[in-house]
Amino acid sequence: MSEKEYEKYYVPAESPWPFMGAVALFLMAVGAGNFVIESTRGKEGYGAYILGAGFIVLIVMLVGWFRNQIHESMSGMYSAQLGRSYRQGMSWFIFSEVMFFGAFFGALFYARFISVPWLGGASNNDMTGEILWPTFEAIWPLVQTPGGLTTEAMPWTGLPLINTVLLLASSVTCHFAHVALENNNRGKLKLMLGLTVLLGAIFMVMQIEEYIHAYNEMNLTLQSGIYGNTFFLLTGFHGFHVTLGAIILFIMLLRVFKGHFTPDNHFAFMAASWYWHFVDVVWVILFAVVYIF
Amino acid sequence: MTTATDSTHIDDHHDDDHHEHHIPPGIKRWLYTTNHKDIGTLYLWFAFIMFLTGGAMAMVIRAELFQPGLQIVDPNFFNQMTTVHGLIMVFGAVMPAFTGLANWLVPMMIGAPDMALPRMNNWSFWILPFAFAILLASLFMEGGGPAFGWTFYAPLSTTYSNDGTALFVFAVHIMGASSIMGAINVIVTIFNMRAPGMTWMKMPLFVWTWLITAFLLIAVMPVLAGAVTMVLTDKFFGTSFFDAAGGGDPVMFQHIFWFFGHPEVYIMILPAFGIISAIVPTFARKRLFGYASMVYATASIALLSFIVWAHHMFTTGMPVAAELFFMFATMLISVPTGVKVFNWVATMWRGSMTFEVPMLFAIAFIVLFTIGGLSGLMLAIVPVDFQYHDTYFVVAHFHYVLVTGAIFSIMAAVYYWLPKWTGKMFHIGLAKWHFWCSLVSVNVLFFPMHFVGLAGMPRRIPDYALQFADFNKWISIGGFAFGLSQLIFLALLIKACKKQGEPVSDQVWEGAEGLEWEIPSPAPYHSFETPPVVK
Ligand code: HEM
Ligand SMILES: [Cu+2]
Repeated sequence: MSEKEYEKYYVPAESPWPFMGAVALFLMAVGAGNFVIESTRGKEGYGAYILGAGFIVLIVMLVGWFRNQIHESMSGMYSAQLGRSYRQGMSWFIFSEVMFFGAFFGALFYARFISVPWLGGASNNDMTGEILWPTFEAIWPLVQTPGGLTTEAMPWTGLPLINTVLLLASSVTCHFAHVALENNNRGKLKLMLGLTVLLGAIFMVMQIEEYIHAYNEMNLTLQSGIYGNTFFLLTGFHGFHVTLGAIILFIMLLRVFKGHFTPDNHFAFMAASWYWHFVDVVWVILFAVVYIF
Repeated sequence: MTTATDSTHIDDHHDDDHHEHHIPPGIKRWLYTTNHKDIGTLYLWFAFIMFLTGGAMAMVIRAELFQPGLQIVDPNFFNQMTTVHGLIMVFGAVMPAFTGLANWLVPMMIGAPDMALPRMNNWSFWILPFAFAILLASLFMEGGGPAFGWTFYAPLSTTYSNDGTALFVFAVHIMGASSIMGAINVIVTIFNMRAPGMTWMKMPLFVWTWLITAFLLIAVMPVLAGAVTMVLTDKFFGTSFFDAAGGGDPVMFQHIFWFFGHPEVYIMILPAFGIISAIVPTFARKRLFGYASMVYATASIALLSFIVWAHHMFTTGMPVAAELFFMFATMLISVPTGVKVFNWVATMWRGSMTFEVPMLFAIAFIVLFTIGGLSGLMLAIVPVDFQYHDTYFVVAHFHYVLVTGAIFSIMAAVYYWLPKWTGKMFHIGLAKWHFWCSLVSVNVLFFPMHFVGLAGMPRRIPDYALQFADFNKWISIGGFAFGLSQLIFLALLIKACKKQGEPVSDQVWEGAEGLEWEIPSPAPYHSFETPPVVK
């Protein structure tokens, strides 16, 4: 490569946003920590306010930072090489998310294939079963804990199945939106992206519906033993990611309406759509191992 | 700014009219910087301050253990000291120091203008001081700081911990976010920013080892986040991941933790391997022996590190098949590790060696890290570990690999590259004093721990049986001496930052090779705005 051909790699000037982001995370960590203590121990305090303040700082920071990025991108400061940096960075971020979910899937497998059977006396644990909880029955879903709490298992038919269909459909519409963007078909892009956000939102409403049902009618709560724990943490973190993904896609939709993105310059859109597909894949695995099997 | 508008000065160099960010004066430069060298400096100073803070806690521990019986602090505070000492040294000292070195060196070594994502780089640094502020502040709160060991095993961290655990959890969350962002930055930089001609197998080993380290970080930090999250919900929201009464298992905590924890120990040693592989050839004036085998050894260590975690859990009552599997897998890791040690020694073999300060630290590393590796091998043997587990033998093992391993390599790196950073040679007299005092005291400190460990002295207990008294006295004396020796390093670093000393050439060391030695000393604020061509 001769020096003339080299497209300069854009190294941004000083920026106040990252530091502000660190302050935001600081406030959120202090706030969340205190809030958890205060809310579960019935104490008075400012945790919730600090958490809220951190959240606001975070939003301000994100808006400011992304404003800069959008401005830079639209004024043509970015090179193809920088685009690759962003894409690779996003891929590795998604990989880290996979590993985060992996920890909870791991807990589910451990409970199912190791700790629950062992409590029932499997492997070298005859005496555990005999001495601790002789009447305990090792079954999955664990509807009765060794400690004696009872609950019900969430069936996969009904709401969860509908939700699966919804989310899969949204992945398809998201893909179509991407294709439309690349073909510069703005009308179709708006339609498909709008549909994706809508499907995501319906998914969330249904999920809340399911939680209410679980709490009120099935006695399936966060406290009802390892089955409920893995159920709520996996679906909960997934739901949190769906919400985040939907909000990001919604922002992308607004940007599309403002005329942003071109067929060959749309990293933000692509990152959002990658994220959405990732969330869908997690759901498919989750649906299989949490609900069906 | 990047646009060419502010180019008032006349310069025929094709590049200088771009990218002349003016450096804002005072504190703002450091708060808002996007420059990899500034951020590297921040990381390194932060790590050093944490090293001294964690070191002060170690002094408290050793003062308490100077004599048998409860002497100075009460047991709960003692536990807080061991816990926070471990957390600070791992997450606050060793990891940020390596990230700081990566920031300074990786772009210079691969011919890049900066890190790939400079703003995120700043973010990932500035999270750290805040995270550790939370951790340290928790020591002064009602109920005290975390006291469950750096490994925060359930149920110590759930049933038996104080409510401040919530703050611990969120502090770990944000420092994890910082590590992940830092690692993404390194990995993307190496993948995407190499100068033309800098092919994979031409990359300096420091770059290679950091690439693999970054992969490990991205893979396991999220698992740590999962573990602390489950601790949080178990403690505060009534879940029972780690409680058998609800169908969970406290041993599950250990599985999740060590799935993170074992790769984590390699995160703290792989970059050290890269550093030693840079220093030894320079002062032996020979090419590194077995470059390719070093790369493959690093990669296999990283992959194997995912399947050995339960060697920390041999005494938890796993089925025999699992014990055997983890025993053999662990022993397997020492093969690629042995390859590395062999290669360093072979590089020195018949070289024209000189013993400048970086080389002194590098040689000390090779010998003492190997001692740590051998004690690791002993611990990997299941029936033997039944006796050694949770004794001072384990403490001796991991301090040999971490202090005389990771930390010695960091010091070697600082001495090796400091002249490049400041443009001045450091004070060699002080450096030699630092080396010899550290070398002697560190062995007085950690070597006898093998003996008391083999004889059965348990770790993490503020009192001990009378027969261990003599050894512990010497251990404490070694400890204080090692602590004091680091003040020499502090003095030297302050002098270096004031730019005192003899100016150095661009190459600095006679035998040094690599892109970073081809740019001026001190390295300019922006190096390689247009990439060099590597032949
Ligand atoms: C030849 C390579 C190694 C082998 C075979 C090995 C083996 C082991 C084993 C079996 C244990 C568990 C001992 C017990 O708790 O009973 C252990 C503990 C430990 N190792 Fe290693 N190790 C090796 C290298 C390393 C390296 C390179 C590091 C870090 C740089 C390291 C850091 C640690 C730490 C921190 C612990 C103690 C963790 C704790 O319980 O707090 N090891 N090692
Ligand atoms: Cu290990």
